[in-house]
Amino acid sequence: MTEEMTGAQSLIRSLEAVGVETVFGIPGGAVLPAYDPLMDSTQIRHILVRHEQGAGHAASGYATATGKVGVCMATSGPGATNLVTPLADAHMDSVPMVAVTGQVPSGAIGSDAFQEADIRGISMPITKHSYLVTDPAEIPTTVAEAFHIAATGRPGPVLVDVAKDAMQAMTTFSWPRELALPGYRPVTKPHGKQIREAARLILAAERPVLYVGGGVLRARASQELRVLAEMTGIPVVTTLMARGAFPDSHPQHLGMPGMHGSVTAVSSLQRSDLIISLGARFDDRVTGKLSTFAPGAKVIHADIDPAEISKNRLADVPIVGDCRETIAELVVVLQREYDAGRRGDYTAWVKQTEAWRKRFPLGYDAPDDGSLSPQFVIERLGQTVGPDGIYVAGVGQHQMWAAQFIDYENPGTWINSGGLGTMGYAVPAAMGAKVARPDATVWAIDGDGCFQMTNQELATCALEGIPIKVAVINNSSLGMVRQWQTLFYNERYSNTDLHSARIPNFAKLAEAMGCVGLQCDKQDDVDAIIKQAMEIEDRPVVVDFLVHRDAMVWPMVPAGTSNDDIQIARGMAPDFEQDDL
Amino acid sequence: MSRHTLSVLVENKPGVLARAASLFSRRGFNIDSLAVGPTERSELSRMTIVVNVEDQPLEQVTKQLNKLVNVIKIVELEPGSAVQRELMLVKVKADAATRGQVLETVQLFRAKVVDVASDAVTIEVTGNAEKLDAFLAVLEPFGVRELVQSGMVAMGRGGRSITDRTLRPVAHSA
Repeated sequence: MTEEMTGAQSLIRSLEAVGVETVFGIPGGAVLPAYDPLMDSTQIRHILVRHEQGAGHAASGYATATGKVGVCMATSGPGATNLVTPLADAHMDSVPMVAVTGQVPSGAIGSDAFQEADIRGISMPITKHSYLVTDPAEIPTTVAEAFHIAATGRPGPVLVDVAKDAMQAMTTFSWPRELALPGYRPVTKPHGKQIREAARLILAAERPVLYVGGGVLRARASQELRVLAEMTGIPVVTTLMARGAFPDSHPQHLGMPGMHGSVTAVSSLQRSDLIISLGARFDDRVTGKLSTFAPGAKVIHADIDPAEISKNRLADVPIVGDCRETIAELVVVLQREYDAGRRGDYTAWVKQTEAWRKRFPLGYDAPDDGSLSPQFVIERLGQTVGPDGIYVAGVGQHQMWAAQFIDYENPGTWINSGGLGTMGYAVPAAMGAKVARPDATVWAIDGDGCFQMTNQELATCALEGIPIKVAVINNSSLGMVRQWQTLFYNERYSNTDLHSARIPNFAKLAEAMGCVGLQCDKQDDVDAIIKQAMEIEDRPVVVDFLVHRDAMVWPMVPAGTSNDDIQIARGMAPDFEQDDL
Repeated sequence: MSRHTLSVLVENKPGVLARAASLFSRRGFNIDSLAVGPTERSELSRMTIVVNVEDQPLEQVTKQLNKLVNVIKIVELEPGSAVQRELMLVKVKADAATRGQVLETVQLFRAKVVDVASDAVTIEVTGNAEKLDAFLAVLEPFGVRELVQSGMVAMGRGGRSITDRTLRPVAHSA
């Protein structure tokens, strides 16, 4: 199949060939040639955002909600550099994404031309791979490679920078049958010997924990995980990136581990004798002080990225492979052992974790001045919307509460910025998720600080018919930073007061952008206002929840300390009884 | 800390050197020496990277390097089972009085004079790091005016090639 056309037509044709249906972007000088044939594409819907960062996070939300590769497009220079944050974000959270950018004409590259930035160079450390195309003949192969690399192995963002003259020149469109990527061969099939070794440790363990990370979601391995968990009876913890990978309602689920994890999840890992890590990466926010993390545990570490294994914690059994294949193989091998009459006995351990869970449930104190509790708002939101809704968070206190107080039952229903911790992620990512799954109710749970970074995409949502709902948990502060100032900086609140109860008026701001704006500051009104928001389907809705500003996220393992020092409230350690230890 | 020599086979594409080099600095490693050049196959280049690190971080940086899409293969070359060479050009003061002694040193080390001026000679010498250090130590008293050195290049001993079985096309999923 070869046809004469311009490089720009070849680019759009290539995007169609890989199955792209949605592109989030903004045109500009260097990328203008691509926008002309894009106008004629019946397959690709282009959503004109208000800031390139919004395009990037929208592509990320789109990808996370569906597993498909998200696509964003921008012009050279500032357009491309505005994609730096979403690229870095997607890189940290292994989100499959392709960013297409226009570049100044090849003859002008390196001359400090107008709107020139070396985006391929800039993006090298924050992408899985990046390309600069100056020869129009290379456009189809480059696009095919970019999507292949973004979606396979450990997913990640890939940048394709195309020089303007390559888009303007005539070329022959020819879609590649094969890709020549001699240096790119992700291992997906786990090694049989390692699987058997893992099974042996699982049978011998007394206090095992399934430590489930975002890799399980990326590999679509939730079903397999459930089979493994139920056949073995081993307790499960799901990290911030894995919320929804295993139902919160499941009796074996101990909650989220980490800095703001549940006492049960944190302590179970801490006291386990075998950690079965599936698509998780022993992040510092999970391990606390690394040298004191789970001192008595052996580690089975399964990950598709060999570089994650033994990076932070030495693995006793390393397994490189796709999580779904790994878990499925593990189930087969364990079943064989069970059939032969060999199985582990974790009865005492399970009883222990259940006792902890009863004794240390997640909870919060209502403010005593009658003001609105942020945790209550988020909890009620989760209960009202239910497990079929998609919840998208920004970064900070509201994010942690949303991870803690909403029950996730299904994969792809919790979308947030985990690794990079990008404030402002919620609104554009929710937009992307809603485009990907138009029939789902999508709630952005945002903070007043985050919301003021990217809320301009509400105008995009209103115009493009993307009726997302936004709950602004408005405590008039950069809440998480303020919490640290309370705890570690003698309550000296340097530059964390945003005064957002006064300015801006979020409800009016929402109205100005074509959304419905609501406000709520009383506990008794919360249910009614959520219901009201749920009934609006033709426009985006923003609810400004004015909440108590001194509420804090608990439990907490202060940064750099041991998980053994987890606190359930300020200066309060959980009271484990002697026989628990 | 110990010295390690990595032979890295890469696709001959723009930006590969920048990717590899920046990966080392980004993860906090110093490169002692780096040499890049073509191989017997025009589509491949080969880097020889010498780093001074502990074994565990070396494994981590090797894995990270392996993740680069344009990196095809990494082999650590042990000094015992590899030939390692560096090239040095050194300009030494040499007048009528000392020229004889300088030339004698050149012969002893099987080095080569590549340029002569009335007050100096330029010498080319190849060898492993120890030989070059020893050569320099002997030349120093005469007065070294200028020195330039290549990175180390290395190759495993024996009949096998690092480029064997490395280039198969892949069916793509996209």
